[in-house]
Order: sequence, then C-alpha cells, then structure tokens
Amino acid sequence: MSTLLEVENLRVSFPTHSGRVEVVKGLSFTLGRERLGIVGESGSGKSMTGRSILKLIRKPGEVTADKLRFEGIDILDQDEKQMRAIRGARISMVMQDPKFSLNPVMTVGEQIAEALVTHQKLGRKEVQQRILDMLVAVRINDPERVAKLYPHEVSGGMGQRIMIAMMLIPEPELLIADEPTSALDVSVQAQVLDIIDDLVTRKGMGLILISHDLALVSRYCDRILVMNSGRVVEECAAGQLDQAKHPYARGLLAAMPVIDETRDELPVLDRTQWAGT
Amino acid sequence: MTTEQPALTSPPPEKLTSKRRRRQIGAVATFLVTLFLTFLGLLAITFFIGRVIPIDPVLAVVGDRATQAQYDAAKIAMGLDQPLYMQFISYVGNVFTGNLGMSVSTGRPVAADLSRFFPATFEMATLGILIGVAIGVPLGVTAAARQGTWLDQAIRVVGLLGYSVPAFWLGLVGLAIFYARLRWVGGPGRLDIFYDGLVTPITGMILIDSLVQGEFDIFWNAVWHIVLPASVLGFFSLAYIARMTRSFMLDQLSQEFVTTARVKGVPERIVIWRHAFNPIRVPLITVIGLSYAGLLEGSVMIETVFSWPGIGNYLTTALLNADMNAVLGSTLVIGAVFIVINKVSDVLYRVLDPRAR
Amino acid sequence: MTTRDWLLADSPTSRWQANAGRAYRVFTALLRNPLSVLGGVIILVLLLTALFAPWIAPFSPTGQNLSQRLLPPSGVNWMGTDELGRDIFSRVVWGSQITLTIVLLVALISAPLGLLIGAISGYFGGWVDRVLMGFTDIFLSLPKLILALAFVAALGPGINNAIIAIAITSWPAYARIARAETLTIRNAEYISAVQLAGGGPIRVIVQHILPLCTSSMIVRVTLDMAGVILTAAGLGFIGLGAQPPLPEWGAMISRGRTFILDQWWVATMPGFAIIIVSLGFCFLGDGLRDVLDPKSEGKS
Repeated sequence: MSTLLEVENLRVSFPTHSGRVEVVKGLSFTLGRERLGIVGESGSGKSMTGRSILKLIRKPGEVTADKLRFEGIDILDQDEKQMRAIRGARISMVMQDPKFSLNPVMTVGEQIAEALVTHQKLGRKEVQQRILDMLVAVRINDPERVAKLYPHEVSGGMGQRIMIAMMLIPEPELLIADEPTSALDVSVQAQVLDIIDDLVTRKGMGLILISHDLALVSRYCDRILVMNSGRVVEECAAGQLDQAKHPYARGLLAAMPVIDETRDELPVLDRTQWAGT
Repeated sequence: MTTEQPALTSPPPEKLTSKRRRRQIGAVATFLVTLFLTFLGLLAITFFIGRVIPIDPVLAVVGDRATQAQYDAAKIAMGLDQPLYMQFISYVGNVFTGNLGMSVSTGRPVAADLSRFFPATFEMATLGILIGVAIGVPLGVTAAARQGTWLDQAIRVVGLLGYSVPAFWLGLVGLAIFYARLRWVGGPGRLDIFYDGLVTPITGMILIDSLVQGEFDIFWNAVWHIVLPASVLGFFSLAYIARMTRSFMLDQLSQEFVTTARVKGVPERIVIWRHAFNPIRVPLITVIGLSYAGLLEGSVMIETVFSWPGIGNYLTTALLNADMNAVLGSTLVIGAVFIVINKVSDVLYRVLDPRAR
Repeated sequence: MTTRDWLLADSPTSRWQANAGRAYRVFTALLRNPLSVLGGVIILVLLLTALFAPWIAPFSPTGQNLSQRLLPPSGVNWMGTDELGRDIFSRVVWGSQITLTIVLLVALISAPLGLLIGAISGYFGGWVDRVLMGFTDIFLSLPKLILALAFVAALGPGINNAIIAIAITSWPAYARIARAETLTIRNAEYISAVQLAGGGPIRVIVQHILPLCTSSMIVRVTLDMAGVILTAAGLGFIGLGAQPPLPEWGAMISRGRTFILDQWWVATMPGFAIIIVSLGFCFLGDGLRDVLDPKSEGKS
C-alpha cells in the first residue's frame, strides 16, 4: 500500500497570556489508502491535526514537524500558492456544521461549482453535469432543484451531504472528515457516514475521520488513534479496540454502554492516571 | 436510501402573497408612524429651544435692533398670548406648511433661504461620501485581511484620527497647505469671483449645472474649488467607513465558511471579496447612510472655513447674529434630513438582507 | 503573601479585596496594549498640565504684549505668539484646564443621568420603558452637534451653557446602554432574591443593577470624550463656547484663522493639542473596551 501521508513529531502551539501552549505534542503516524480514525475529547488536539495537514493554521499559531509529507511533498515547505493547488484538488476536508461551514449567500450549485472550477478549466455545461452527478452520488434525488437552493433552505443532513459533494468533486486523494456528523441528528449520522465510506472506497481515497465518538470511529475505520491532551495514547486496528492498553482508552471503552448492559452505573474516568486535562 | 425532504422555511406560494403583503404594509405603516413621531419630537425640541428657554422669545426672534412695532407684530404673529400647547400646535402647522418664520439677518423667509443654500451643501456632502466610500471600503477590507500587520495598525490609527481631528481645523490647514502654499486647489468659495453668477442655476449644484450647459471652464473651476472641502469631509467619512468595514470583515473572516473556501483552494483574493465581503454589503449600506448623515452635520463646521454658501454657513451666521428663526429653521431641516437618512438606511438593511426574506 | 498575590487571590475575603483585585487585573491587561498605555499617558499629562498650569506655563495666558505679536515658534515661545503677543504655549497649557473641566462636567452630568433613565426604563419595563425609550430614541435620531448649537444659541454663549448643551445631547446614548445591560441582568436570580427579601426598586437599581453597568459605561464615556472635546472646540470656534480672553482651544483656532497663511502656528498649535488629547481618550477607550467589554466592538 502506497503511503499517502507521513507525519512525524507534529507540534502545534499557540501563544497565550502565560506563554506558548502546545495543543499537539509530537504526533506521529503514517497513512496509506486506508481509513484512519482519530478519536479524542474537546481540546485533545484532533482538529488541529487535520488543519495542520492542510496548512490552515495561521499566525500566531505555529506548526512544526520533523516530517509532514503528503505523497512525497513536504507540506511545511510549500508556500501558499502551492498549498492552494493541493487544497481541494488533492486533500479535502469536510467540516462539522453545514449551518456555519456553507456560505449563506451563495447557492448550493455555485459553491460546489467553485470547488471544481478552482482547479479545473471546464465548460459551463460540463461543470453543471458534474455537479448534478455529484449530488446524485451523495444520494440527493432532486439535484437540479437542490442546486438552486440556499444553505439555510436545506436540512442538516442534506447540508452535510452537499459539503461532501463539494469536497469530493475535484477528486482528491485524501479526505479529512472533521467531526462530520457531530452536528447532525443520530438518525442521519449513519446515512452520512455510509456515503463517505462508500465514496472513499470507490475512489480508493485515504480517509482521516476525526471524531469524539469512539463507537462511530471503530465502525467506519481500519485503524484508530486515540488522542489526549495533544498526544497519541493508543494506536490500534479497529477490530482490536478491546485490547487497548492505555488507561484513557480503556476508560473510554468502559464508559460506553452496550445494548445488553448489566452494570448499574457507568464508570467515570480517573484522569489522574495519566495526568490528562 | 430515500432522500430527505429539505426543510423549506417559507410557506407554499399561494398563502405567501396575502400574508406577506399584509406584513409588508404593516411594516411600511410602522415605519411612517415612527418617522412622523420622531419628526414631532424634533419639532418639540426646537419649539422648546425657541419658546421655552429664552427669557423673551420674541426678542430672540426679532433681535435687539427691532423697533417696538416690529416687536409687537412678531409677538402677535407668534401667538404668545395663547397657552403653550396651542402655540405648539400652530407651530407644527406652520412648519408643515413650510413656514419657518422670517430671518432677521437676511430679511427673507427662512424656508426660502434654506432652499437656496441647500444644494451647495448637498453637492459637497455627496462628493464627500463618494470619496469616503471609494477609499474607506478598500482600506477597511485591506486592514482586516492583513490583521495585525503595521498596515492594519496604520489604518486603525487613521480611523481614530477621524474621531480626533477637528473638521474646521483640518479645513484650515488644508487651505493653508494646498491652496496658499501649493496652489493645487482653488480657494474659499464655490467659484472664482469672476465666474460668479454666470451659470444659470437649474439644480443648484454647480458641477451638474455647468456640465449640462456646456460651460466646461466653469465646471473645472468648480471642481478645483470643491475638491478640498469635499476631501476634508471625505477624510472623516473614510475614517468611519474603514473602521466599520474592518470590523465587519474581521467578523466574517472568522466564520467557518471562509475556512471552507480556503480548504477548497480558492485564491485568497476571491476568498476575501467574494466570500467575506459579499455578505457585509448590506450592513455597509447602513454605515454609509449614517456617514452621509454625519457629513451633513459636519459640513456646518467646514462651510465657514471655506466660505461655502451652504446651510452650514447659514446656520453659523445665524448663530452669531442670534437669529433664532434661522437657527431653528436650519436645525429643523438638517435634523429632518438626518432622521430620514438614518431611518431609511435602517429599513434598507432589513429589506435587502437575503436572510430576512 | 505579597500585595500582588492578595490582589489576584481566587477567593477574595472582602468586597474591598474583590474590587481592588478586579481593578488590578484590568490595569495589568491595559498595560499589555501599547496604544492604551499611550492613551493613558496622554490623559495623565493632560491632568497634570491642568493641575499644575500656573507652574508649567512660562508666560501669562492673558498678558498682552503687542511688541511681541505673531512671533514664530522659538526657544522662548515654544509655539509662537498670537496677534496680541500672548505666548501660545502658555495659552494651550491653561486651556487644558478648560478642556478638562468641560469633559469632566459633561461626563458627570450626562452619564449618571443616562444611566439612571436607562436603568429605570429597563427595570420597570412596560409603559415606563416605552415612554422613556421613545423620548431617548428621538434624541438619538437627531444630530448631536446641531442640537448642541441650537441649545447654546438659546441659552447664550459661554462655557457653562456649552457644557449644559453638550450634556443634553450626550445622555441618550448612555441611557440605551444602561437599558440594555439592565435587561440582561433584570431576570437574574439574585435580583429575585433581593426582591423576595423585601428590597424595593430603588435598592435593587442602585445597589445591584447600576454597579454592573459600570464597565460598559466607563468604556462608552471614555470613547465619547473625544467627541465632546471636538464639539466643545467647534462651539468655541464659532464663538459660542468659552468667551475671550479665556484660552479655549477652539476659540484660539478661530482667532488664528485670519493669519493662517503666514503665521500658521496661531491656528495650528491648539489644533494639535486637541488632536493629541482626543487620540489619547480614543486609545484608552479602545483599550478599555478590549479589556472590559469586547462584545461591543463593531458598534460605532
């Protein structure tokens, strides 16, 4: 399996009143054309990891790494212009809440079109066709009508599917999904993830799924990284999650209720064990 | 897998028209009523200033050089024997029929004076706002796009200078440097003296009138004269507009959808203007409206310095002559225009915002 | 325990300690912003100049010396002399007293007035609110400068009337702010607690609501001071403010107007004083707002 992404000793820091604070403390992993899940609570640094791969973190934030390579390209070395050629075309990111991440004053069709024409010179008719095809691929049955709508006129689930369409239409090699279902109703979450799963498999893309939902990640990913306070505390294959060794990971697993639950109370994490936040 | 029905936020078309129509009429009615009440308030205040504050309101109107006959006549005309609320009612009636009293210094009806002098102020203020928008908006956008850099700080200081520099002082200094020393612009007044009266006033705005009549010499002379005062006003306008634009842009740039655009690889220029700037065009209209109203107010200070025959000059002369009718008439007119511009900008904002539709 | 620890203690044991701690935190936060430090310094200089004017000014502000008229800035007359031979620097220094008086008095009259009206309006709600706010809104929709001019015209020229006129046009903005703050606080549970314990409206308003409005008021008052200074200077320029021979800065600019072409310093110097002092208030106000009330950024 070819290596899509190599990350070694990634560090992200921000200045605060009391000095510089590191939110990602020396993260390392590699990614092939597989599905990697990054799980953690708020403040664990998982979102920052995604954003630093796309070099979206601006001053005063600082990103350093021994190695941050995408398909052999040194990300840290790229200037803005070079990154713009990569963003969208080769690496894409689906964001959390379509209510906020879609432009409220542009129609759905216009926004998706922009994702495409920024990287490819195509005729208007062809762009239109690609948009409609993509909307169908994310299982929107009435693509012509939806393309003319504004984001506030569609539901959350549909908005997120539009976001997926927008991010996958330029056919990138790597998709980062940053909490793609956290803002959605539970009933819709599975549908959206199925779509991501389906499209990623079909196109042979790499996927980084960032979430706080351990069950979700274990279902849709091949490998899992558990993060806490900026560090990876557990790394394992999805099917071997119950063999997790780190107390944080074990604590998270134990706190999840199962369908045939016998316990009266769910255990609470004892954070002193690893001096977490 | 079935598609979800999108959650439409507006009701089906047939019900839309009559309910919407009623809402629109209601909104217009509320707007007019608020406008009217505010006018009434303005009238109450000017009435209070004119009749209640001075110890001898008649004296305030006729001036100390009036004869006893003039005094008595004015006293009767003002209806001072009547109770105060009756006086107010007749005052309101007078104003709405266009009677603002007689000016003691010019001897003419105040209303006639004001309509004569208004175009000059309007011309200068309009040019000022154009300068303010043309320079202020790009400045504000640039400052927000480059937040934290020295350029941003410099633009912020310019914005603050707009609050700290006295307009009349800037006008004086401008005259001293650009007219007296450098001869880059014309001096006080709208035209050089020998051009005076050569253009038949149609709109009262020399720039338009001279162009329409093909008098290009006069046109350029007028441009030469209006540049400086309009620029001084323009400075204050651009300072305010830049400050507000920057603030709005910073708000927008921190929104998620701007990040989305960047993630798509969209060039930064398009991110800034198409994604961040577009949504703020409507609130900016309100800002521009407010600035315009402020310029009308600011012209009061500038017109004395530039000997500009506008309402501001009229007001300051009236103030020095204690010509109360002229003072209050000017206050009313400027105040009324101010109110209208403010309220209209307010309404325009609500009408144009696509999210409110 | 050092003073600093005492001030920054997490659990203050007295109201005095809590207030002092808060003031200290605000102060240190302000110090981090170079512009607001500059603003604070300027205002401090203004205060000191006004207080110690008799000792700072090298010459008398009113002493005419016609043989010395219209001299350019020099080592003796730092800002030159005016048409009556008076030293402009001394006049500017003495003029700082007038500026400070106007600014302080306007603030002392308009802020409490606006605060009270806004708090009453917000607390009682209903028709009291509607009447008071309608009244306030009318004032707010009117041009402040023009109204101030009209008031002074009726009251007569002079520094006292100028102060009153400016104060009359300034209070509405504070009323609005106070009302907005009151509305947020009004439904808090501790207010209900006071009411249940038998506290009447006056007690609730004065002891509980007003103190919470202070931070946004302080920000707004500071920011408005620049406008007050400019309005007062404008009145002085037209001749309606402080009357001669008082060295009011606006009036000085007006006197210097006839000489602007050749003896530019007579009109320009007082203008610089106005600009610097106004900028000082603006810097400090901006800094205070960043520290105390960051949500209000964006409103003019």
